[in-house]
Amino acid sequence: MSTSHDASSSISRRDFLKLGGVALGGLLTLEIGGMILRYIAPRQTEGEFGGIITAGAIDDFPPGSVTHIPAGRFYLSRLPDGGFLALYQRCTHLGCTVPWHQEENKFVCPCHNSQFTAEGELLNPPAPRPLDLFPVFFEDGLVKVDTGNPSSRAHFDVSQVVYP
Amino acid sequence: MRLVVNNIILHIHPAKVPERSLRFTYTWGLGGLSAFLLMLLVSTGVLLEMHYTPSAPQAYLNILQLESSVPFGSFIRALHHWAANVLIVAVTLHLLRVFLTGAYRPPRHTNWLTGVALFLLVVSANFTGYLLPWDQLAFWAITVGTGIVAYVPWIGNTLSRLLLGGPEVGGRTLLNFYTLHISVIPISLVLLTSYHFWRIRKDGGLSIPKAPGETISRGLTRVTTIPHLVRREVAYALVWTALLVGWAMWVPAPLEGIANPNVSPNPAKAPWYFAGLQELLLHFHPLIAAIIIPSAALLALATLPWWDTFPESVGVYFRSRRGRYLSLMATGLALLATPAWIAADAFWLDWSGWLPGWPTWFSNGVLPLALLLVGAWLLHLFLKHALPTTHEERVLFWMIFLLVSFIILTVVGVFFRGPNMDLYWPWAMPLSHS
Repeated sequence: MSTSHDASSSISRRDFLKLGGVALGGLLTLEIGGMILRYIAPRQTEGEFGGIITAGAIDDFPPGSVTHIPAGRFYLSRLPDGGFLALYQRCTHLGCTVPWHQEENKFVCPCHNSQFTAEGELLNPPAPRPLDLFPVFFEDGLVKVDTGNPSSRAHFDVSQVVYP
Repeated sequence: MRLVVNNIILHIHPAKVPERSLRFTYTWGLGGLSAFLLMLLVSTGVLLEMHYTPSAPQAYLNILQLESSVPFGSFIRALHHWAANVLIVAVTLHLLRVFLTGAYRPPRHTNWLTGVALFLLVVSANFTGYLLPWDQLAFWAITVGTGIVAYVPWIGNTLSRLLLGGPEVGGRTLLNFYTLHISVIPISLVLLTSYHFWRIRKDGGLSIPKAPGETISRGLTRVTTIPHLVRREVAYALVWTALLVGWAMWVPAPLEGIANPNVSPNPAKAPWYFAGLQELLLHFHPLIAAIIIPSAALLALATLPWWDTFPESVGVYFRSRRGRYLSLMATGLALLATPAWIAADAFWLDWSGWLPGWPTWFSNGVLPLALLLVGAWLLHLFLKHALPTTHEERVLFWMIFLLVSFIILTVVGVFFRGPNMDLYWPWAMPLSHS
């Protein structure tokens, strides 16, 4: 029928409806995409790891000790001055579980030889940063760690240590 | 019956083919082998599905059952495992053959792109399948492999959580990977392979092998597909069936202890076809080794037909007589330079030690990469101005140089890395612990 020749740049009915169809189709695609993303997205806490883990009584951990808590995927490091750090066991390079070497007093990753101190500070690349931390708090004389909230840091700092 | 079979064959193949294109030493049957292996993998895969549940720890128990109690379970699993390994080699060699004969140039450039996509799908199939046994080998290989995803700028962590179904490899990951491995990837492979075959005919059939400088006159001898081509295809498929069945009968697929998120084995190695990438990760920051270099390589590979479109040498291995010597030269240089650089990096270079204040993505990443690129650029200048090379010959040189380097990285990663990923001579390799 009529094509948009006139200077007032009006659009034909056919083109308008086409445009509307395309816009609605685009909206539909976005909606379906969003639905699918939410469907496959990871859901919160599978029970143990991802929630609050009770590591033990405060006095169970002597100063200067590093204890592996497998259920929480972390090491509870009690520094010589009595402060606590909960270090995520996952190497910050590519995710291997870093074992604690008691004799050498450091963490040594078996995958690519990244090394960390008892505070999780970086000693040796290729890891790009210190071990991540989980928040530590105390309740009824027990040490509790929130494994749902790992946080990363550029360097170790005394402010990261928690004192009972 | 014969009429039905012939009809099916003649739907996929042309009625007649140029006699020259039947030459085995042209294609080595690699494309056909890949298609055959795909069919074998789907069949054995379906059989395996019947005795497998993608749920930790049940999955591991299922594999144990397959290995010990299910009649022919170990054999079917071995066949599937070895066919998958041969497939990844076959498609790589097929890609190499197409490259070396220049058969990716227009009009076959669309098919080349399809091929690159197929290659990625095959790698994905191998990777997702690798997790399914849920043993230590599977768990940590995939942990390291997916750890790389987190290094993608901005969207890395979200992407990683989506792929894993959570913060670490777990039950959700197994289910995600299983779903991809048995439905999304195979369906995509079948659809894309069909298109890949269709395009061969649309583009005028296989490229014709010829000598350097030869021009193909019209009037090539053509022979009927049935029996000339079909006989060869069937024979080749039978030979490979015999080889694989024989191998699978004697060598079972590997299986380690059940997956344990709290104990990383030492060393924790990626599947062998990723060993080259893992080796690269030992020398560069992950942003460079796992994101930038692979993406650049993939991009260069995909866009190859657009920056190397010389039609004259399609069908000629190594482009020309000079190309053959250049290929040898590239191989030799890579054989020297790559181990030298690996050794230098292991025993002398210490970028983050020499530049302690700098972020590691620079001192361990951008800087060494830049230095390597400067070296490469100087070599390129030599190739261009000191030697009488053509553009396509230089492309050939670099492709071979990079490929041989990557093969060496893979060999080092598989055979020369031991506990703590230290370098050892393969014959003096200490046993791994845990």
